[in-house]
Amino acid sequence: MQITVTVNGTAHTREVEPRLLLVHFLRDELRLTGTHWGCDTSNCGVCVVQLDGQPVKSCTVLAVMADGREVRTVEGLARGAELDPIQQGFSDKHGLQCGFCTPGMMMTCRALLDRNPDPSDTEIRVAISGQICRCTGYENIVRSVHAAAEIERAAQEVHQ
Amino acid sequence: MSTDTTGVAAPGTPPTEVAPTQVCASTPMGYGSMRRKEDARFIRGQGRYLDDIALPGMLHGAVLRSPFAHAKIVSIDTSAAEAHPKVKAVITGETLAGLGLAWMPTLSHDVQAVLATDKVRFQGQEVAFVVAEDRYSARDALALIEVDYEPLDAVIDARKALDEGAPVIRDDLDGRTDNHIFDWEAGDSAATDDVFANADVVASCDMLYPRVHPAPMETCGSIASMDPVTGKLTVYTTTQAPHAHRTIYALVAGLPEHKIQVISPDIGGGFGNKVGIYPGYVCAVVGTIVTGAPVKWVEDRSENLMATSFARDYHMHGEIASTKDGKLLGVRVKVLADHGAFNGTAQPSKMPAGLFHVFSGSYDMAAAHCAVTGVYTNKAPGGVAYACSFRITEAVYLIERLVDVLAHDQGWDPAELRMKNLLKPEQFPYTTALGWEYDSGDYPTTLQKALDIAGYAELRREQAAKRERGELMGIGIAFFTEAVGAGPRRTMDILGLGMADGAELRVHPTGKAVLRLSCMSQGQGHVTTFAQIVAEELGISPDDIEVVQGDTDQTPFGLGTYGSRSTPVSGAATAIVARKVRERAKIVAAAMLEVSPDDLEWEKGRFHVAGDPSASAAIADIAMAAHSDLELPEGVEGHLDATCVYNPPNLTYPCGAYICVVDVDKGTGQASVRRFIAVDDCGVRINPMIVEGQVHGGLADGVGMALMQLMAFDSDGNHLGASFMDYLLPTAMECPSWELGETVTPSPHHPIGAKGVGESATVGSPPAVVNAVLDAIGVRHADMPLTPAHVWRAMRGEPIRTDLAIG
Amino acid sequence: MQVPAQFDYERATGVAHAIALLTRYGPESRLVAGGHSLIPMMKLRIANPETLIDINDLDELKGISIASADGADALRIGAMVRHTELLESPLAVEHFPILVDAERVIADPVVRNRGTIGGSLCQADPSEDLSAAFTALHAVAVIEGADGRREVSAREFHTGPYQTVVGDAEILVEVRVPIRPGSGSAYEKVERRVGDWAVAAGGAALWLDADTITEVGIGLTAVGAEHFCAAQAEDYLRGGPVTEERFVEAGRIAAEHVRPTADQRGPEDYKRHLAGELTTRALRRAAARAQHGTEA
Repeated sequence: MQITVTVNGTAHTREVEPRLLLVHFLRDELRLTGTHWGCDTSNCGVCVVQLDGQPVKSCTVLAVMADGREVRTVEGLARGAELDPIQQGFSDKHGLQCGFCTPGMMMTCRALLDRNPDPSDTEIRVAISGQICRCTGYENIVRSVHAAAEIERAAQEVHQ
Repeated sequence: MSTDTTGVAAPGTPPTEVAPTQVCASTPMGYGSMRRKEDARFIRGQGRYLDDIALPGMLHGAVLRSPFAHAKIVSIDTSAAEAHPKVKAVITGETLAGLGLAWMPTLSHDVQAVLATDKVRFQGQEVAFVVAEDRYSARDALALIEVDYEPLDAVIDARKALDEGAPVIRDDLDGRTDNHIFDWEAGDSAATDDVFANADVVASCDMLYPRVHPAPMETCGSIASMDPVTGKLTVYTTTQAPHAHRTIYALVAGLPEHKIQVISPDIGGGFGNKVGIYPGYVCAVVGTIVTGAPVKWVEDRSENLMATSFARDYHMHGEIASTKDGKLLGVRVKVLADHGAFNGTAQPSKMPAGLFHVFSGSYDMAAAHCAVTGVYTNKAPGGVAYACSFRITEAVYLIERLVDVLAHDQGWDPAELRMKNLLKPEQFPYTTALGWEYDSGDYPTTLQKALDIAGYAELRREQAAKRERGELMGIGIAFFTEAVGAGPRRTMDILGLGMADGAELRVHPTGKAVLRLSCMSQGQGHVTTFAQIVAEELGISPDDIEVVQGDTDQTPFGLGTYGSRSTPVSGAATAIVARKVRERAKIVAAAMLEVSPDDLEWEKGRFHVAGDPSASAAIADIAMAAHSDLELPEGVEGHLDATCVYNPPNLTYPCGAYICVVDVDKGTGQASVRRFIAVDDCGVRINPMIVEGQVHGGLADGVGMALMQLMAFDSDGNHLGASFMDYLLPTAMECPSWELGETVTPSPHHPIGAKGVGESATVGSPPAVVNAVLDAIGVRHADMPLTPAHVWRAMRGEPIRTDLAIG
Repeated sequence: MQVPAQFDYERATGVAHAIALLTRYGPESRLVAGGHSLIPMMKLRIANPETLIDINDLDELKGISIASADGADALRIGAMVRHTELLESPLAVEHFPILVDAERVIADPVVRNRGTIGGSLCQADPSEDLSAAFTALHAVAVIEGADGRREVSAREFHTGPYQTVVGDAEILVEVRVPIRPGSGSAYEKVERRVGDWAVAAGGAALWLDADTITEVGIGLTAVGAEHFCAAQAEDYLRGGPVTEERFVEAGRIAAEHVRPTADQRGPEDYKRHLAGELTTRALRRAAARAQHGTEA
């Protein structure tokens, strides 16, 4: 069936099988391979994207269910050469190693900061508790989110 | 080797009070915490992992797997699958047998079925391979293959594998009448028995290091593409050891090695899961040969957990002897090693138990002995994987549990007992009772530092006060000695390939450089760290050094990244190759400055005339001159490059002291890690931020293995941890905020004094967590994982056998 | 990666349309809401519906509100309410903190953004948390079919593992929880790890008149409690005073009547122990909340 999904601000219309998973729509149809997959049971969270602004596990959403909706992926974080603060935070604080869980982590943490500009350690840990990272032991991911929050606060102060 | 390779100075080592994750404001000219170069791609979603690659005309493979642990294959009917409109080929064991590929050699002198022909020997074993136009159709076609199985009794409990009348798993092997694989010993049995006979105190304990899985977030996969015109096979694959893979493909498939290119793209974590060659990879190669199109195969998570490279599965009976005042005398252990249905452990070929025989640990002990028996069971093959440093995880767990068991029995403080017996700095280099030569370390300082950070005495007071109130908290200590950087060629090889690694460095005319390595990052940050080594040696900014890895057509031969060997081996090769370049640069600089090379002094990035710093040549100018018409002394080639193959003279021996603090809910048995203190000594730290990150990840592994990660089997051989719903990995909620410290004792034999660190925390942390939980509940021993149910049962004196189904 | 088999897909525009689609496609069709139980089972090809009917656009199934009828108030929770919404609902916090306790430990935050109340209840997993919580609250499920709406007690909603009273051409539209004064409620769960299904879990709701328990609900999950309910323990407590000893005894009674089965989450004796332990703990917290407010 034909669907139109707006991904990172651009509307994409494709003919798809109803069973096509959103993660495969993004990766195979649109070649946006920054969103990964790591399990089949919605436990690992490396496939997290934002659907209408909320983090969801794209391995457990059908592409047809995203018809007419907005999806944001890791490719939609930076504005041109300008990194999103969450990307800057992960880079500054060594919040990634193999990089495989990183896009999903960043999409969740981006959504967290949009709701809560100054999360506590525990709030960050809860937010990412449905996502597995095998490399970092999470410590530097927590620091990365704090760093991103700080970057955003500093930018706000400049604006005011 | 140039003359200055023996220096162990650590010019770039930052003072310990600098928070290691604080990156330098600008790129350091050498060692120091700097942002990783590779992250620019990863944070933009521009990593290029195996499944991200789409070749023109690429087909997709899927593997049909056995639902039974042990069954005869009566027949396979592929006709319906072949009739599927999108299916291009269906390959069975019979197809492969015709090509001589139904079986492949393992890394441990055994063979493994690529696709089963006679019978299946574990649940999840590969039975058929479908190649289709897209991944969904390939999966659909699996359901169309009819396999008629005749189920057989399975050997699931390793302790019964050698029983009289046990089903014989490997009847494919000539003359095989039982499930015995090998017996292997290390140490002096008689001397050890003698020590035990005369000891005041002996403590013994049965313990299981259960089967676990590395479970990197990216599963294993491969894309094989045969060019029908040139006959060149390109294999994109998730491998930690691209060169070893190429050689094995050449040996197995009989393809000429120069016509095989193995490319490892970005790897989404490896941890030992991506060392071996799996049947799916071979099937993809056969698939491309059969169809003439590139074939991609990527395992799903259940396939990953069921079929590729489990780790551990050591049933150990350990004993430790001491004097009545706590001087450790000896340790001995009998091991029953469950190797699964094929002996496919990946370790130095001459060592069937890997490096397990470092199990005398960090203590001064007169005698030690082990006897290891390997057995076949109806489970997946593997055993050496998951950041284990070739089974040092098992060794450290054994000794650190035994020390705690002894302390428990005698009412001794586990910190004092350890401190009393740790090797002293002046004892290094120290040759253990098992023949290892530990290179360097300051163990007492390392432990003391951990005790200080933890506030050990205060924690014990808190524990006592809580016990008064009926609350449970525990403090667990582990001290480990790692042995990494395999290894000296005379003792260590894999399939006859010596464990040396290469490096090639070329400085371009403009003074930028490219470094080519045989090792392969799976997230360890090679692109950054190895550039920093060159920067330290040559004064070229890490930003100006490209690091190339993972492509056999672009890199020198070497055995790859596992066993924490990249920095000890390839890091040494890199330092040496940079020093060779510096020697050449010195000759060129002498010609430029019209002086004798002997008159030149090196300061990072330039040579100057002794006594006249103004008469100097910077490395970039030297590089241009080396490529120019400048006349060089006779016999000196132009350009600025060098190669090196590094054959390690010894392993490096990192160490660490770990302290874990847990709280246990008495009513439910739930254990939570409140604090974790880790003081690591990995010698000179090239990028302290990356070192710290490596430690963090390994500590999470320890929490996971100690508390939740488990793959048990029911009596039919059904895998009870075959998805992430059942095989639980720790989340951010189970991990505390790690508290790290460091000591630095450089390796005396490594060119830059560095030791490996990638696996230290995975090796050292599980016993700390277990010791803490058992300390909390006052129980002598219970096996991992200490799930709430198991802790509750252990408190009641009815511990659970964790390798079998809970019944 | 595991992928579902082929199926047809329809997007319903309203409850009546959804029911019409269910009628048209018959028993091999399934509703999909959040999809977080169904889609993984379809990937495993354990569930192979021929038609999926997407009810995500059904606004009438959304929202949490207070409904008044015949002078009695009830908390109305639409079947399409996402777990996150219930977790963050001020009305739930105010009236039934047990729901917030339970939601906090259901799956993980990202799954909760997508998974729905109705989906969880209709999946009817024997380890599902809300089934126990709504049982404790004496909630009522509202089911709609071609013939109109019917109400079923939460305690009669499940007919067995993965089975409910919702017919092939029916749809769960909302859950109603009667609001009565003097209530306190709490939920306790033991899990092997955050996000795991319960080893055992239990919820308790108490309605007090001074120190007397006028009504009580105890729901248990993952322990083989009939209808997710500890009815004998409820009977024991109803009408009596709030005391620690009686909560311990209620736990003992609850444990006696469950029929847990061993699995990798724990052996039978441990789960039975937890049924008692968690019942007592939930009662304790529920009483404290009834007496001192939800902060307790």
